[in-house]
Amino acid sequence: MKLNDEERDILAGKFGAVPRLALEHQIKVGDFFGAQDFVPVTQAHVMADTESLGEAGVRWLERLAAEKEGRRRVRIPTLTDPRGTDFAKAAFLGQTPAMLSLEERAIAALVKLGVMMTDTCINYQTVQPATLNEHVAFGDTGVVIYSNSVCGARSNYEGGPSALAAGLTGRTPRYGFHLLEPRRATLSVRVEFTPRSLNEWGAAGGVIGRLAGHYWAVPLIEGIESPPGSDALKHFGAAMASYGSVALYHVVGITPEAQRRSDVASASLPEHRVRHADIDALVRAYRKQDRVDVVVFSAPQLSILELRTLAELSAGRRFTIPVLAVTSPQVKPDADRMGYTRTIEAAGGTVLSGMCFYQSYAREIAQAKGWKVLATNSAKMVNILGGYGYVPMLASMEACVEAGETGRLA
Amino acid sequence: MSANTRPYRARHAMGEKVRGEALVARDGFSARYDLDRQRGIFSRPTHALAGQSYVGKVLVLETAKGGVATAWMLYEMRSRGMAPAALVFNSVNPILAQGAALADIAMLAGFDEDITVAIASGAKVEVDPAARTIAIIG
Repeated sequence: MKLNDEERDILAGKFGAVPRLALEHQIKVGDFFGAQDFVPVTQAHVMADTESLGEAGVRWLERLAAEKEGRRRVRIPTLTDPRGTDFAKAAFLGQTPAMLSLEERAIAALVKLGVMMTDTCINYQTVQPATLNEHVAFGDTGVVIYSNSVCGARSNYEGGPSALAAGLTGRTPRYGFHLLEPRRATLSVRVEFTPRSLNEWGAAGGVIGRLAGHYWAVPLIEGIESPPGSDALKHFGAAMASYGSVALYHVVGITPEAQRRSDVASASLPEHRVRHADIDALVRAYRKQDRVDVVVFSAPQLSILELRTLAELSAGRRFTIPVLAVTSPQVKPDADRMGYTRTIEAAGGTVLSGMCFYQSYAREIAQAKGWKVLATNSAKMVNILGGYGYVPMLASMEACVEAGETGRLA
Repeated sequence: MSANTRPYRARHAMGEKVRGEALVARDGFSARYDLDRQRGIFSRPTHALAGQSYVGKVLVLETAKGGVATAWMLYEMRSRGMAPAALVFNSVNPILAQGAALADIAMLAGFDEDITVAIASGAKVEVDPAARTIAIIG
């Protein structure tokens, strides 16, 4: 990779061991993908939950944090993705003291590095969305696909170590979606219906993700009549990223880089159609039984608008099984203040903050709580939780709330 | 199995030379979605390698799937001696490359042929990132 003077200084250790280590890591990755040089980034977003980090990852962070003050801090605003717990609700989740202690150590190390503990996977709704053509280094696939597609910003998937490295150096290797050419559409998808609910948007995203199939595929989507709003596109993109590792999609006339098809697509692209029957098939494939152990709304964290809807649906009900709603620490105080938390919890539900269900030791929670069959309106979560030993089923928020009361998915 | 002298060349490579037994499937890979990392096996029931151990194997797969967690998880798996010996994929995403870089796991990606067809499960292979090749050695 071509390095400028500052990058050569970082590599020579002029700013200490921490940025040098970060840049060395970035060069390894940049060389692998044939990056010519680095591009400055304005924000980084670090996925660093302790279930992924483990003892080894936390020790790695602690080694960085042990560098002396003034030689270890991030250069740009560096945010965190959800943590592995909500400390206030850890006992309810059956999490062990060892998990919490690891989490506390990770937080202490990240704070020493100057990282902002935003603990959110919806920073584009709750902290600050990236803007058109803004280069960023975001972790969490849902954040990347939303920022690239809906905001027109430029990011690759940056895993925790790489996002933190970008925070520490203020730059990232210029490859993939930082360049213009890889942002052009590689397949065309005509959606023959407009999804009506968040679970349908998620399922449609999942179907398109499977069609696309890999990181370098960029779907061009036509047939969506009008902008469906941030929460719908959040579920749509998060599922597309989860099922297909997709980091960028365009919706003609709706997302900023594709005002016209010709803006991002050549005349001939592989053509696909997505019908309502395709999302019905996806939902059916997960539908194993009626009885449900637990209902979880999470992945991505809920916006204040989703919590408002959930509160309306929960009002006056009596849940007979656990109903969990997970949101960000930015949204939670609003939900408390506006009474949504109270309404959901009065029905017997639990509102959690700063974590995300599948990033919070979901396998151990299942064992501790005896939860196996799970209903959710998140297509992303049903895709993930199968590997964690759950039987996850996808349904609308209304049907999930109903299941919370009856213990059965209608 | 007879040795095949022709090595397969990748467009992208990193890490040190390694030998091992190939574990091959035409399926994706995500450390979070697909694995029971404590037991070292593929655990997602729908995965083509469900129930099989990946520890110490040269994992030959189609592509990297969603989830940024793999970037940390490979390092954590390696620290317990429970990681694959090498990752050989038709196509990878940045997460897998970042994870392999942190964990110092050899990786190859991008072949002219479908590498999941070219290499048979159980074959002894050598992965040589400096030469960007994988060769069947027995």
